[in-house]
Amino acid sequence: MADKPAAGAEVPAVRLASITKQFGAIVACDHVDLTLHRGRIHGILGENGAGKSTLMKVLIGLVLPDGGTIEVDGEACQIRDPHDAAERGIGMVHQHFSLVDPLTVWENVMLGDTGRFDAAAARRRVAEISERYGLGVDADARVGDLTAGFRQRVEIIKCLRRDPSILIFDEPTSVLTPAESDRLFEVLRQAVQEENRAVALVSHKLDEILHATDEITIMRTGAVVARMDTASADAPALARAMVGREVSLRSEASALGLMAELAAAAGDDSDDGDGDDTGGGDGDEAEGRTPVLRLRDVTTKGPDGRISLDGLSLDVFSREIVGVAGVEGNGQTALTDLLSSLLAVEAGTVEVDGARVAPNRPGAMGRAGVAVIPEDRHASGCVLEMSVAENLFLVDLKRMASRGFYDPALMRQEADRLISEFEIQTAGADAPFWSLSGGNQQRVVLARELSYAPKVLVAAQPTHGLDVGAIEWMTDRLRQVADSGVGVLLISSELEEILHLSDRIVVLFKGQINGEMSRGEVDMEELGLLMGGADAADPADPVPA
Amino acid sequence: MSEPTAADTEAPEAAPSQEASAIPEPPPAPSRLHETGVALAMYLGCIVVALFISAVIVAATGGSWPAVFSALLDGSLRAQGRWGETIGIAVPLVVVALGTAVNSRAGLVNIGQEGQLMMGTAFAAYVGVRMAGFGPLAVVCLLLAGILGGAIWAGIASGLLYWRRVPEVLTTLLLITVAIQASGYGLKVEWLLLAPFREDRAVRNQVSEQLADDTRIPRIELWGNEFPITAVAVVVMAVAVLVLFRRSLWGFRMKMLGHNARTAQRAGVSSVKYGTWAMLISGGCAGLAGAFMFAGGDFGNYRFTPGFSNNIGWEGLLVALVARQHPVGIVVMAFGFAGLRAGSGFLAATGVEREISQVVLALLVLSLLVPPALLFIRDRRRALAATRART
Repeated sequence: MADKPAAGAEVPAVRLASITKQFGAIVACDHVDLTLHRGRIHGILGENGAGKSTLMKVLIGLVLPDGGTIEVDGEACQIRDPHDAAERGIGMVHQHFSLVDPLTVWENVMLGDTGRFDAAAARRRVAEISERYGLGVDADARVGDLTAGFRQRVEIIKCLRRDPSILIFDEPTSVLTPAESDRLFEVLRQAVQEENRAVALVSHKLDEILHATDEITIMRTGAVVARMDTASADAPALARAMVGREVSLRSEASALGLMAELAAAAGDDSDDGDGDDTGGGDGDEAEGRTPVLRLRDVTTKGPDGRISLDGLSLDVFSREIVGVAGVEGNGQTALTDLLSSLLAVEAGTVEVDGARVAPNRPGAMGRAGVAVIPEDRHASGCVLEMSVAENLFLVDLKRMASRGFYDPALMRQEADRLISEFEIQTAGADAPFWSLSGGNQQRVVLARELSYAPKVLVAAQPTHGLDVGAIEWMTDRLRQVADSGVGVLLISSELEEILHLSDRIVVLFKGQINGEMSRGEVDMEELGLLMGGADAADPADPVPA
Repeated sequence: MSEPTAADTEAPEAAPSQEASAIPEPPPAPSRLHETGVALAMYLGCIVVALFISAVIVAATGGSWPAVFSALLDGSLRAQGRWGETIGIAVPLVVVALGTAVNSRAGLVNIGQEGQLMMGTAFAAYVGVRMAGFGPLAVVCLLLAGILGGAIWAGIASGLLYWRRVPEVLTTLLLITVAIQASGYGLKVEWLLLAPFREDRAVRNQVSEQLADDTRIPRIELWGNEFPITAVAVVVMAVAVLVLFRRSLWGFRMKMLGHNARTAQRAGVSSVKYGTWAMLISGGCAGLAGAFMFAGGDFGNYRFTPGFSNNIGWEGLLVALVARQHPVGIVVMAFGFAGLRAGSGFLAATGVEREISQVVLALLVLSLLVPPALLFIRDRRRALAATRART
């Protein structure tokens, strides 16, 4: 690119050589080399679990490598903790924020400082950084009142305040709307070109890597599999290198993070139906039918007493997948908890197949026929200490029982059947649940939830943390489930996933449904605006009755 | 691993992860037989080490270590009538420990068995003494009264837990003191527990009337040894608890609740309902243990007195911990602890200083506590290693 010759002539900002890190039997990084140059954005691409995050944690001092060398500005050094890293001018913006909600922006930025501190100077510094990069953050705003996009900017200010020469961004767009992502990349470009910093951008999305970087390192199962200049890269080549086999960009677009492919596919569907009929999800077909799940004006409160869902109304019909799009933290967790019998309603009603349900009675939603794949399966989807077989029957062991006692032989037999049907890789039905990999744990949860013939399946971030193969498997299954007559509510902050699967998309914003569109009429720009809180085109009727 | 920032622990994609393909095969599940063998070997090893250290200490302070061990064996098993005595002591220990296993399974911590046992005994004494002449019916009634007394005492703790979120660890512990004071008061007034004044009672004595002959639990005589028939009952109880844990929906739900309350709520297990039941059963067991002691004859000569519980509640709690809440282990361990208690009476005759013989007893108890702690740490490590590697 434009400033390439200058960068090449210099000593690289960072040179990682032969970095190796092992966790137990698993090699997270296997002799990985990585060189970051000043004035360039370096994309690090790989599936979940490819070792990208571990590599970055080595650089920031959160993980000590088992072997390999680190050079910063040509000088060999050891980075023992984040303080070491900060002293050498390395800063990282983490995927998950560590901000204190009740404090103001400048207070959050100053957190962790020691010694005397000057509030006025701190405020000025925040305002100055905000202005220089056009971040538009008010130093005196309360962090709890900010949207996810602005919170991330606060994190960026926290990082830039120390004036680091090397910046690391770990999956920075996972909480941003498309427009906010574009804005972030502009800021990055500015930091690189005008101030000659080096930036590492970690991502599993092809789109943003192609869009925002100068050079790319691709990792797979802990090793570097390819390096290339972004100018000479194209999506199919990147996808092939990342997954390690030939992939169809079309069918796996959601797993690969290719927004354009998805929007195009969605458009095709509305034109010619695209082969198979994916279900009767369209609004007019649903007319006159009873929804399998109906929420009316549901208001809930979080544990801190704040409103988490604010008069939300939503219908899900049988045979359709309704995607709930939205930036994380707009009520997704509350919605899942509500449908998992973990949350009481303050106001409003929940109906399953026409019958009203009191959601917070233990197991009420499950009995009414609402299956759930929870966002955090360890919190409410399984019992790690119990066996695989036991986890397969957590919800309805009664089927295996008579007069209060169950038959372990029958249970194991049924478990073996599910294990083979859902292709769960395990040492056996009696193996402890914690011995399974994430993808297989997710399969156990799905197998169990489908085993009691639910009317509704709520899938919250169902592919979070899974690799491409497991994502494909999961999305295929969700499609099958919907085709078999179940109403599927897909709650995800991955827009790609929503676009790939949904027959109908609703946008969740601040605990309310902020607009809706059917698969055929997806307008990326409008979707992004709705996610950011813009008024729906027709606010009078956000959900068809 | 020391990972200093909060940001790191929040990052879900910590290091390696969840590729089914990257993990060639899950670790083989250790066979149950092998696990039991390892556990047994651990207990045996620890006891041998404790015996060795004890021998060294006794010898170093001028005593005769063979004499000490011989006295312990005599007191608990060998001497005339001693194993009957040991069984008599083991009975309430088993009952208390079984109750403790139930509340532990539901994820609740009850450490107030000593107080629940006192209350149970007080209730049993109140009913039993007044029902003289009713025979077996009176025995049944006093046992039920014992269960009720213990259950009420534990019920206060669970009530406060679910009504006001007061930690049950605190309430159960503090209620011990209240139970001791309350039963002490009961023993001061004749309309409650105090025996009517007669020649055989000193004026200021706090003691209940003796239980009438016909309302006592029958005793079995076997080869010169004597123990109450409740010994058979507690073995049946242990088997029943084992079956409930292993086979019943109820036990399955308790386990689910104990490990993951949110998952349990989702799956239809009410933490209030099952948690309250667990506490009531646990307290009821402690109360029943007190009633067994009172009507069984091995403690207090069928009279209730202020120090009646004699640490049986605490020791029962210890038995449950040492046996890792396993019903069969509880029976074995209760017998072991009872043996130490019975045997310690014979140590004075060996001429070894009392302090030294106390150290020997403490070492033996400690040797039983070490294996469960090691097993717990090992299990935790395994689980942590697996989750760290995969999540």
